[in-house]
Amino acid sequence: MKNLLFALWHYRGFVLGSVKREFQSKYRNSMLGAAWTVINPLAMIVVYTVIFSQVMRAKLPGIDSTFAYSIYLCAGILTWGLFSEILGKAQSVFIDNANLLKKVSFPRLCLPIIVVVNALLNFSIIFSLFTLFLVVSDNFPGWVYFAIFPVLFINILFAIGLGISVGVLNVFFRDIGQLFTIILQFWFWLTPIIYPISIIPEQLRVYVELNPMVNIISAYQTILVRGEYPQWQSLWMVLAISLLLCLIGLSLFRKHSGDMVDEL
Amino acid sequence: MGAITVTNLGKAYKQYPTRWSRLFEWIIPFSQPKHQLKWVLQNISFTVSPGEAIGIIGINGAGKSTLLKMITGTTQPTTGNVHIIGERVAALLELGMGFHPDFTGRQNVFMSGQLLGYTVNDLTRLMPEIEAFSEIAEYIDQPVRVYSSGMQMRLAFSVATAIRPDILIVDEALSVGDAYFQHKSIDRIREYRKQGTTLLIVSHDKLAIQTMCDRAILLDSGTIAKEGDPEEIMDFYNALLADRENKNVQQKEIDDARIQTTSGTGEAVIKDIKLRNKKNKIIDVVDVGEKVCLSIEVEVKEDIPELVLGYMIKDRLGQSIYGTNTHHLKKHHQNVKKGQLISYQFNFDANLGKGSYSVAVALHSSANHLQKNYEWRNLALVFNVVNLNKSSFVGMNWLPPKTEIVYED
Repeated sequence: MKNLLFALWHYRGFVLGSVKREFQSKYRNSMLGAAWTVINPLAMIVVYTVIFSQVMRAKLPGIDSTFAYSIYLCAGILTWGLFSEILGKAQSVFIDNANLLKKVSFPRLCLPIIVVVNALLNFSIIFSLFTLFLVVSDNFPGWVYFAIFPVLFINILFAIGLGISVGVLNVFFRDIGQLFTIILQFWFWLTPIIYPISIIPEQLRVYVELNPMVNIISAYQTILVRGEYPQWQSLWMVLAISLLLCLIGLSLFRKHSGDMVDEL
Repeated sequence: MGAITVTNLGKAYKQYPTRWSRLFEWIIPFSQPKHQLKWVLQNISFTVSPGEAIGIIGINGAGKSTLLKMITGTTQPTTGNVHIIGERVAALLELGMGFHPDFTGRQNVFMSGQLLGYTVNDLTRLMPEIEAFSEIAEYIDQPVRVYSSGMQMRLAFSVATAIRPDILIVDEALSVGDAYFQHKSIDRIREYRKQGTTLLIVSHDKLAIQTMCDRAILLDSGTIAKEGDPEEIMDFYNALLADRENKNVQQKEIDDARIQTTSGTGEAVIKDIKLRNKKNKIIDVVDVGEKVCLSIEVEVKEDIPELVLGYMIKDRLGQSIYGTNTHHLKKHHQNVKKGQLISYQFNFDANLGKGSYSVAVALHSSANHLQKNYEWRNLALVFNVVNLNKSSFVGMNWLPPKTEIVYED
């Protein structure tokens, strides 16, 4: 493990360089450039706000700010975006980089790290704009805002643990990648992001809360919409699951990384 | 200084009977392995000492690339291990260095360079040199997907060798480049060799192996078939190519510790080969420009529809100087009968530079020895050229000029 971390540190130049190159080349042939990072989620938020805000407003109990639903949406959609970007890219990261893996010898765990850093970069751009909006519209929750960071940490841990596990499996069983794209769709709609959890019937809520993303997303919503600290005890379980997933991911990676290049 | 020690290396790919068997093997605990191992390399052991250059040859599918991949660490060996001493190991596997098609040449240089352990500062400093060496001009700022394979190779080679590596591993890459760049890159490799770089190269190019390597390893169906002096191994390899079915290739040591390789199916054999001067005396020392006669006697052992005799004069390094055959000379025989003795006389002026030369002879049907090879004998004859009375010159050929100098004022 120590050797692994040392090797990764040694290749930090490559990791940072790759993040930079990926960011540059993504918008290389577009005229608006990095603005697309913002326009994309913004468009989605506008659509949902226009369609759902009238329907949902009454359903957000105790909140009557004009922007309440928009903030609720952003809290969920932007962070879900981070989660799904990490997961979506990590599950195909080894396949996408087959050319590199076959020709150059380097610590392969650099690749998922590049995915995380890249996703974080995109996220921080859009999220700082959102924060700016909170400040300008006088909805900034104050010190509570910084409770976001431990939640983000757990969120990323969960995403990357799952991502590496799925990424390794995907090399050997390509069906998993296809399947996961579909799962991600259902997962989004089964998590209270667009709608409040209160619209789910009481007797079904127990099952919905088995989904770790429910705890994470509602923590963001509690912080940003209500300006309250999240229920930390609901996140301990998620942290444990995330660490377990990371361990599973690493052991899968260790066990099969040798065969991986042969399958690419 | 870099060194490589390969011990008992082996590689097997897992083959599963159906798509589901791997899944069953993974998820059912303590289940019997469902895969079969397909061995592509077995029992490979050799050492490359610091500063040594080793060439690896073998037919397609012999396992050369797999071996290099295991040495560079992109593929993990199934058995054995590779031990590498050396700070900087640069490898050019197949084409390119895993360039990303959407990134520009410049971005890819940075990426590959960072993977080689250079910092951004190093690379910014090296960039002009890399650009200049690769000579791809304005393409450097275009995405690599618009590059030709030769251009990719140029760039990859320029990055990999921007700083002298301790160990340079090259897989066939050079053959992609045009003749100009091949020379340029071979020159650079030679230069680095002088400064102590250890070289491991896979090539089908006889010249590259013979002129650059101290030792060659012949791989055949996943094992080391032969290891030794490049010329000897290359001859053996060529003989094997010509003789894939029979495998009756023999090698014997001749007078000056060089190895004579004989192969062939034996329907016709070379009985005798001699070099004579104009007084018909057998000689092994020839004056520059002397008229000589290469006489070869052939015995026919079976009826043959078509018989061609060819010979090739080579220099000390095994590079071809001149070769022809009776097919090209329009003197080949049709329907040769068993028991016949044929005597060939090739008269020519030995317009050669001084040095040691050898003659290889081959008996075959049609224009080359790859179709039917009756006998193929390397180093069948060795002779020396000395300069007795010509004005002194350098090089392999005697091309005396008529010199005129005009002084204008």
